[in-house]
Amino acid sequence: MNRDLVRVALCAAVAGLLALTAAACGSGDETTTTEVEVERQTSPQVAAVVADYRDYLEENADELVATTEPFVAAVVAGDLAAAKARYAAPRIPYERIEPVADSFGALDPKIDARENDVAASAFEGFHRIEKALWEEGTTDGMAPVAEQLQRDVDALAAKVKGVELAPVQIAEGANGLLGEVSASKITGEEERYSHIDLVDFEANVEGSEAAFEAVKPLLDESDPDLSGEVEAHFKAVFNSLEPYRTEDGFVSYTELTKADTRKLAREIDALAEKLSLVPAEIASAE
Amino acid sequence: MGLGGGGFLAGHQLAEASEEGTGAAPFYGPHQAGIGTAAQDRLHFAAFDLLSEDPAELRELMRAWTVAAAEACAGEMVGSVNDVPLAPPDDTGETVGLLPSRLTVTFGFGPGLFEKPGLGLAAKRPAALKPLPPLPADELDPAEVGGDICVQACADDPQVAFHAIRNLARIGRGTVAMRWSQLGFGRTASTSRSQDTPRNLMGMKDGTANIRAEDGEDMERFVWVGSEGPAWMRGGSYLVTRRIRMLLEVWDRSPLQDQERTIGRHKYSGAPLGGSDEFEPLPLAAERNGHPVIPRDAHVRLASAAENGGARILRRGYSFTDGVDESLGELEAGLFFISFQRNPEQFVAIQRRLGSMDALNEYIKHVGSALFAVPPGAEPGGYVGERLLA
Repeated sequence: MNRDLVRVALCAAVAGLLALTAAACGSGDETTTTEVEVERQTSPQVAAVVADYRDYLEENADELVATTEPFVAAVVAGDLAAAKARYAAPRIPYERIEPVADSFGALDPKIDARENDVAASAFEGFHRIEKALWEEGTTDGMAPVAEQLQRDVDALAAKVKGVELAPVQIAEGANGLLGEVSASKITGEEERYSHIDLVDFEANVEGSEAAFEAVKPLLDESDPDLSGEVEAHFKAVFNSLEPYRTEDGFVSYTELTKADTRKLAREIDALAEKLSLVPAEIASAE
Repeated sequence: MGLGGGGFLAGHQLAEASEEGTGAAPFYGPHQAGIGTAAQDRLHFAAFDLLSEDPAELRELMRAWTVAAAEACAGEMVGSVNDVPLAPPDDTGETVGLLPSRLTVTFGFGPGLFEKPGLGLAAKRPAALKPLPPLPADELDPAEVGGDICVQACADDPQVAFHAIRNLARIGRGTVAMRWSQLGFGRTASTSRSQDTPRNLMGMKDGTANIRAEDGEDMERFVWVGSEGPAWMRGGSYLVTRRIRMLLEVWDRSPLQDQERTIGRHKYSGAPLGGSDEFEPLPLAAERNGHPVIPRDAHVRLASAAENGGARILRRGYSFTDGVDESLGELEAGLFFISFQRNPEQFVAIQRRLGSMDALNEYIKHVGSALFAVPPGAEPGGYVGERLLA
């Protein structure tokens, strides 16, 4: 990256706002932390990174709202078969943007807590309904839970639209999503009644890849080798999922053998090990 | 090395002054450490599958592993990035403040490595590196057999041995995947005259007649590969592992006399049956009332050099336990047997006899097995396996 050119342009752009930056402009290769932060917030490249990822967040937040609505309608109407058929669709956008949802504190547990994550009386959201549909085989009593879920999902979508992001946070979010895969998807704990864990698995990896792709232009300049390795590992992970794809999603987690999950976990670990190096690279951008 | 903090570094430098227990064992040298090194108390052994057939990737792995192993053996932190807030530390950190504890890290290559066409190593495969043949009394679990590359980490502190395997596995992620691993909590062999013969989980001294590192001539004759091997193996050795499950509940119920006749030694003194000193020669020809004093099926007789055409091996095994046997509710415990020899045939010949005749077979099962070619040591700036892979 031609940092000098960028710096000159930046200094010109922000000199009127920040005297400190103007003072740092003549200092050659010496870069102060303050200057880097200013540069990150203001460079057109950084602005593009943030805008790209914000678009992705908003698209998925809208999709989450739109796919939750028919699911909730089926639960409220007491249509068990339709509710089960519509359960996976909203899980996908949610799992793609989960670290952002998580950053809003109270909303993530309301929407996505698993039984035992929370007190029995506070067990609500997707997985409470999932348990009713698959384990209890009924929608009875679930209408208020579904209606609350819709309100929480709507609130989440509204908050996503106002969220402030920096490239480092986006890069950390990419890692957080892979942590989700390792901790609960590859183990079959997330969707323990419907066993659609591979749907969540793919959505987490898609979300991680989208976050990575957003910051990739910055990484390409600081460490193109790492950038290429991460991309190759993303491909390998998606390829490793292909044998389990079906017409309308993926095979049930219960059909996977230990050898299958071991291979999937191995691919995730290999990707995550490389991806974990990205946030520091983005921060230093040297 | 990374930023370790002053107190941590000072402790390591002090520790290097002493040789036993806590000091640093040299990593570089003509032979890899962990063979002739006086056996440490703890083991973590891992076998890896190689996921790549790219020779450059394998070279890079061995280069990175060599550097990291040398750092760990010196008691230093692994890697250079250990203090960047936004980056995961290179070193996992659990040995900070611990002493080097005579850590040794020993690398070996399994037969499968020479069968991957992409690596192009077939022509360099030593004739001696054949998969072990089926042996009598084998009850092998495929999940505990083989591997393309092995790492043996031995130390007097179990956390130091664990740290070495954990960090090497992490460095290799994407290139190798751990196939199986074994912790050993107590050494069952002495490989130096300065060490007493330890007891195995049967309460017996086994390995009294082991080769000792001080016996340079025996090491040359029985352990180190010489001019018979390919150039890249000279000064190396062959490593056999056998995970031997002991049926301890059955053993513990057998009378003392039966236990002693099974092994061929007195339980407490370790002396051969009829003798009083551990290091007396085995009276293999002696008879009493028309019967041999050391029974024909006693373990020490069948394992002795005299009954194996003079063949000897360097044993370096560890006791293990891995919790409860799921199907029986018994202790999942035994001996993780490790031996080093100039040619795997030395082990095969001895085990053929033991597997078919040993009275001990009533109390043991061989459930894991592997063979690796252990190349000679590396010099600073080089890497283990360089003469094979360069």
